[in-house]
Amino acid sequence: MTWLLPLVVAVPILGAGLTVLVGKRLLLQRLVALLGVGFVFLAGVLLLIEADSGSAVVTQVGGWAAPAGITLVADRFAAIVLTVSSAMLMAVLVYAMAQLGRDSMDWWFHTKYLVLTAGVALSLVTGDLFNLFVGFEVMLVASYVLLTVKTGPAEVRATMSYVVINLVASALFLVVIAYTYSITGTLNLADLAVKLEAVDPGLRTALGLLMLSVFGIKAAIFPLFMWLPDSYPTAPTPVTAIFAGLLTKVGVFVIIRTQTLLFGQDGPSDLLLFIAGATMAIGVLGAIAQNDVKRILSFHIVSQIGYMIMGLGFLSVAGLAAAILFITHQVVVKTGLFLVGGLVEEEHRTGALDRVGGLLHRRPVIAAMFLPLALSLAGIPPFSGFVAKLALVQEGIALDRGIIVAVSLAASLLTLFSMTKIWGGVFWGEPTKAELKSSRGMTMATGMVVVASLLVAFFAGPIADLATRAAADIVDPAVYVDLVLGGS
Amino acid sequence: MSLVTLAVAAILFTVGTYLILQRLLTRVIIGLGLVSHGANLLIMLSGGGPADPPVLGAGSTGQIADPLPQAMVLTAIVITFGITAFLLGLALRSFLLTGTDAVEDDIEDRRIARIERASEPLPEPDPEMHEVPT
Repeated sequence: MTWLLPLVVAVPILGAGLTVLVGKRLLLQRLVALLGVGFVFLAGVLLLIEADSGSAVVTQVGGWAAPAGITLVADRFAAIVLTVSSAMLMAVLVYAMAQLGRDSMDWWFHTKYLVLTAGVALSLVTGDLFNLFVGFEVMLVASYVLLTVKTGPAEVRATMSYVVINLVASALFLVVIAYTYSITGTLNLADLAVKLEAVDPGLRTALGLLMLSVFGIKAAIFPLFMWLPDSYPTAPTPVTAIFAGLLTKVGVFVIIRTQTLLFGQDGPSDLLLFIAGATMAIGVLGAIAQNDVKRILSFHIVSQIGYMIMGLGFLSVAGLAAAILFITHQVVVKTGLFLVGGLVEEEHRTGALDRVGGLLHRRPVIAAMFLPLALSLAGIPPFSGFVAKLALVQEGIALDRGIIVAVSLAASLLTLFSMTKIWGGVFWGEPTKAELKSSRGMTMATGMVVVASLLVAFFAGPIADLATRAAADIVDPAVYVDLVLGGS
Repeated sequence: MSLVTLAVAAILFTVGTYLILQRLLTRVIIGLGLVSHGANLLIMLSGGGPADPPVLGAGSTGQIADPLPQAMVLTAIVITFGITAFLLGLALRSFLLTGTDAVEDDIEDRRIARIERASEPLPEPDPEMHEVPT
């Protein structure tokens, strides 16, 4: 199955080239995009099955042995995130096609979307620090161009700060790479894990903190999140939805990967738990102050990142399993919520709470899709968010970390409050006159995501078991090191 | 030699940081360019001192230079080049649309801050909310 691993990146890139070659033939472009993203999803599922059968898929690109060549790794953790991400990429692609005129108005939407897919896939499966930089850049360049699809003054303004912040993070990433290389002489993650053991603890902590800041900007953790609620809401809905669902989670994935693999030996970190608590609290408080559906949801992205970092902060099998479960749930629910927000915007040309209302009477189906997603975000049983948060809280109590558990529960309550604010503003009240009816395809694509979220809740048992096995792999760096260095 | 390189990298970072903190996007772009040059110099430094070219049969000192940092710097330069071109395009578009390339504050943020200062219920919806004031 190792041949599949490079193809996860190569196929979408080739597809992107193909969409340019077929020119302005919408049907062909759509077909290529669907096939490309569909392939990544299928490959993700196959890799997950293979990885879960006990043998993670490792390949050395170009045939050079591990520390010298570039390694691609799909262990359980990477395969889970890849599968969930590509499923959402698929759903949002269908939504974008159905949104009237979106992809026909912008001829190269599918090209950029496929490049984004390749960047996400590369960032997830790479086992090399510099290759990770390249993966991030591929993903980010596609995201810059996607953000400027509809280039009014508002989009240009939002994109400016987004690009500049991410470029500063990229320059810092290069600095981290330079330091790491001069200290250890290697950039292969598995090799680094071995060599960092021997490095002076002070230097190691400095490297760990630098990496946390670099990936923290991408993941939007406290206090590096301020660019996110500013830039995401202005973009067209499919773009915002996929950014919200994926990009920050790729950042979280890399934080978890590096902190467990390279810097795990120093034990659980109070700093991470503090960051987690602050991210949750400030994100949710920011959300309450907002008056626009997409902006409220953007602040919730920040808040929910805190829960994932909380699971990492425990640095135990159960804590990391809860974090993985939370990522799975969050990618689906967040994408879905933004798609619903997009449906509201599409009908009213605005998502401002004081200018829409009464949607419950006019379009009950949108309300029916919003409700399970919103309750899931807040962590109300029996939805997927409840399972993930329960796992986090249980582990927090077991480890005697009362403060962070209290903060997380308070943040959940406030999340519920701001969801009721959206509900009251958008779905209740006097119906306002709609300008446009959203298309059936958009509603269907959103419905697909809602069903996926319900499936996560329904199969919570097996998924939690899988997450526990994945967490057991990443808690012990020796497993990953053996995979990469032992198998070559 | 490497102390000089280090000092140059430090100066590039200082000047670059100062420029990034400016409001005009053109200055920010120059600042970003300087900062990434500084980072590239650091990567060059991480490969160790000068030595023979890593080619079979070339050189005589017996010490071979590490070629990897140079490959990485090349990749990084290409990426920075592409993104700088994109940013320049963005600055031009901003100039064409609003007459300036200054990076504005978040509009919705300012609206909420106004509400907070006046501590009154929501004001009349601002028809120009999504326009950048010129």
